[in-house]
Amino acid sequence: MAQPGIPRWAAAVLGLVALVAPLAAPNDYWIGVMARICLYATLALGLNIVVGFAGLLDLGYVAFFGIGSYLYTFLASAHFGLHLPFLVTLPIVIVLTAGSGVLIGAPTLRLAGDYLAIVTLGFGEITYLLLINLDRPVNITGGPSGIVGIDPPAVAGVALSTNTHYYYLFLAALGLTLLASARLRHSRIGWAWQAIREDELAARAMGIDTTVAKLQAFAIGASFAGIGGSFLASWQRSVFPENFLFTESINILAMVILGGMGNLLGVVAGAALLVSLPEVFRDLQRYRLLAFGLMLMVLMVFRPQGLLSFERKEASDD
Amino acid sequence: MADVLAILPQQLVFGLALGTVYGLVALGYTMVYGILFMINFAHGEIFMIGAYVGWWVLALLLQVPVGALHPAWVLPLMLLPAMLFTGALGVGLERFAYRPLYLRGATRLGPLISAIGASIFLQNAVMLTQGARMKVYMTSLLFPRDWRIQIVGASVSALVIVMVGVAALMMWGLHLLVQRTTLGRSIRAVAEDREMAAIMGVNVRRVIALTFFMGSALGGAGGVLVGLYYTQIDFFMGYSAGLKAFTAAVLGGIGNIRGAMLGGLILGLVESLAVTFMNPAYKDVVAFVLLILVLVIRPTGLLGESMAARAKV
Amino acid sequence: MLKLTDVDTHYGRLPVLKSVSLEVRVGEIVCLLGGNASGKSTTMKTILGVVRPTAGRVEFEGDRIDGLATEVIARRGISLVPEARRIFARMTVWENLSMGAFTRQKAPAGEVAQDFERVWTLFPRLKERQHQLGGTLSGGEQQMLAIGRALMARPRLLLMDEPSMGLAPVLVDQVFDIIRAINGQGTTILVVEQNAPVALSIATRGYVLQNGRIVIHDTARTLLATDSIRRAYLGED
Repeated sequence: MAQPGIPRWAAAVLGLVALVAPLAAPNDYWIGVMARICLYATLALGLNIVVGFAGLLDLGYVAFFGIGSYLYTFLASAHFGLHLPFLVTLPIVIVLTAGSGVLIGAPTLRLAGDYLAIVTLGFGEITYLLLINLDRPVNITGGPSGIVGIDPPAVAGVALSTNTHYYYLFLAALGLTLLASARLRHSRIGWAWQAIREDELAARAMGIDTTVAKLQAFAIGASFAGIGGSFLASWQRSVFPENFLFTESINILAMVILGGMGNLLGVVAGAALLVSLPEVFRDLQRYRLLAFGLMLMVLMVFRPQGLLSFERKEASDD
Repeated sequence: MADVLAILPQQLVFGLALGTVYGLVALGYTMVYGILFMINFAHGEIFMIGAYVGWWVLALLLQVPVGALHPAWVLPLMLLPAMLFTGALGVGLERFAYRPLYLRGATRLGPLISAIGASIFLQNAVMLTQGARMKVYMTSLLFPRDWRIQIVGASVSALVIVMVGVAALMMWGLHLLVQRTTLGRSIRAVAEDREMAAIMGVNVRRVIALTFFMGSALGGAGGVLVGLYYTQIDFFMGYSAGLKAFTAAVLGGIGNIRGAMLGGLILGLVESLAVTFMNPAYKDVVAFVLLILVLVIRPTGLLGESMAARAKV
Repeated sequence: MLKLTDVDTHYGRLPVLKSVSLEVRVGEIVCLLGGNASGKSTTMKTILGVVRPTAGRVEFEGDRIDGLATEVIARRGISLVPEARRIFARMTVWENLSMGAFTRQKAPAGEVAQDFERVWTLFPRLKERQHQLGGTLSGGEQQMLAIGRALMARPRLLLMDEPSMGLAPVLVDQVFDIIRAINGQGTTILVVEQNAPVALSIATRGYVLQNGRIVIHDTARTLLATDSIRRAYLGED
């Protein structure tokens, strides 16, 4: 996981490029694509904390995404009549989603590898089923038709309306989460995560409280999804259970793997690739998932450390 | 309450039928896990493909102007190609998508992710070649609806009896093979201590391939049976069926063949009982909750033994 | 019969065997002695193909076997009684022995039955416990089972990795008596041991392995007799 950071100037250049990107976009649709990239990159960074840093294979990450989205909807739409301002809703959603991370993570603490994966997958599925079915007897989630009429984010009374606005909001959030991830990686908890990832038993023997560390990974990872969820809800102005299928979990996971688990910029690049490629190959849309599945297999067999990782180590071999 | 009791026997029959099929499919998971310690995530898709092969055979046979379409000869004719095809598919998966990974040693994450990729790939391959709409098994042409008997207030159709019979026969056959034959012993030896088995002269790679073949073939057979029972199949049916069969395998103790059969039965019965008492929309939740409970409380499952060492950290 | 010539074996970049040369002739009992981490088990693994040598040759009955798959080497007639027994705990005694005869599936049924008899004669207690699971046997019984299992293959060369480990002295003597008996019946044996005196008492020749190198090679009698060698290498293990 110790990798050479990319040089400061390169990061600055990238940042600059990101700032002026909308000017280079051919049309508004593509600005929307860029906004989506930032959104998914944030999500991928969140999963990266759980999978890449702490080594916990979470196959149900979409649950947090969905929980965050729907929570935001409950607080800022006509559904329950609550219209809390964006800057109030966002932190609340983040905290609550982080809490859901702890709830879902708790039962998995003693499980290893693939069992952990299956349990988290199960939780993801349960979440989806709840979202789609909790419209009776009391209508909580709006059922299969979801909820519409969500408030857009408003800062100082001005509501965001164009894709460009959203792009900059998401970009700002991405920047913050990137920073947070980088700081976390080299913090005490980051080292704890790395130790757990390499050999949990040894980590415990060294005195690391693996329970707390793992729960923190889940919580923080989930909180990023909470951000992403809020963004999705407020941008799309609606939420549907179909937004939160298992395939989405795998999609986000693929971004992390593609970029190299633990590699921050790689993960962002992975998100960029997996969001933009389907756009580029729009006509071949029907083959998208087919290619996706093939990609996962090929990646694991030939280049498990990710396409964009600088490391020579295999992702699965620490 | 009275009406619940009235339908209870019928639900139990459903549960039994379903349970034997879950068990059949669960065997595929358990055999592969027992020998490689990996979850063949694509097994659900193998099951689904078996259902499609069965459909094709039936569709072909229905075109032939044969007056007497009797399940006695049609059913084996459906099962055989399905099992051979899915068996071969399983072997192919092992050879190209898994073997390069587990040979590297390392952790189980690589093979699992590759398996997920295979699962997505197969699902979509079937969708693209067979269409996204469901296909219908013309079961009633094979098993007339009036072929049924009454047992204790439940109407048991001939189809159910045949299903349970076929599944039970296959499971018994597998049991015999594993317990009584040299091949079976070599499988158990490889599962227990791969290196030692090689030192005794066992061709480990061939045994692994054979295990995949058998487990996948059984999954394919399960697909045909489910197709006949539910009459509707689609490219997505492998996903939830796969997870449920996996739950059954874990419930019984993963790696344990008798456990898979037992787990299947229990899951089938629990599921149909649960549906009797609550909103059927949450049917799938039952399986997932059961899975999570088992893995968290007793990962060894009901009949499992030292596999627990691998489940917990 | 078995010849290692200048064998190097590495685990990753770590050299474990360095230029090891040894020979086992037909009908002999040869023992390979050494302390912990001297490379004894690695030598066994190299012979069996579990680990590939990075240099040198391993020859069996004139043919090179280094680089061949383990199961192929096993079929050439080399059997192993592994360190720590490693019997199949989830199989019965009978099934374990049957697995031992795995390489002899083409042999006439009568022969395998004879081998079972041979094992029952050597180890009557195993016959009593035929249908018990291997995991339920005591340490000593498991050792017997491990030996019996290896014999079922009618090996031309029998490798034994620390047969005395974890056994009470009385059992150790028993085991080595049995080894001598097996050799008397015509099986060539290579024994790897830490318990030098006992091993040398039945062996024809001995090699001493230290840090991956063969440091001494002589007849067993000479090794037992020479004082300085006893003190230096066969000391307090």
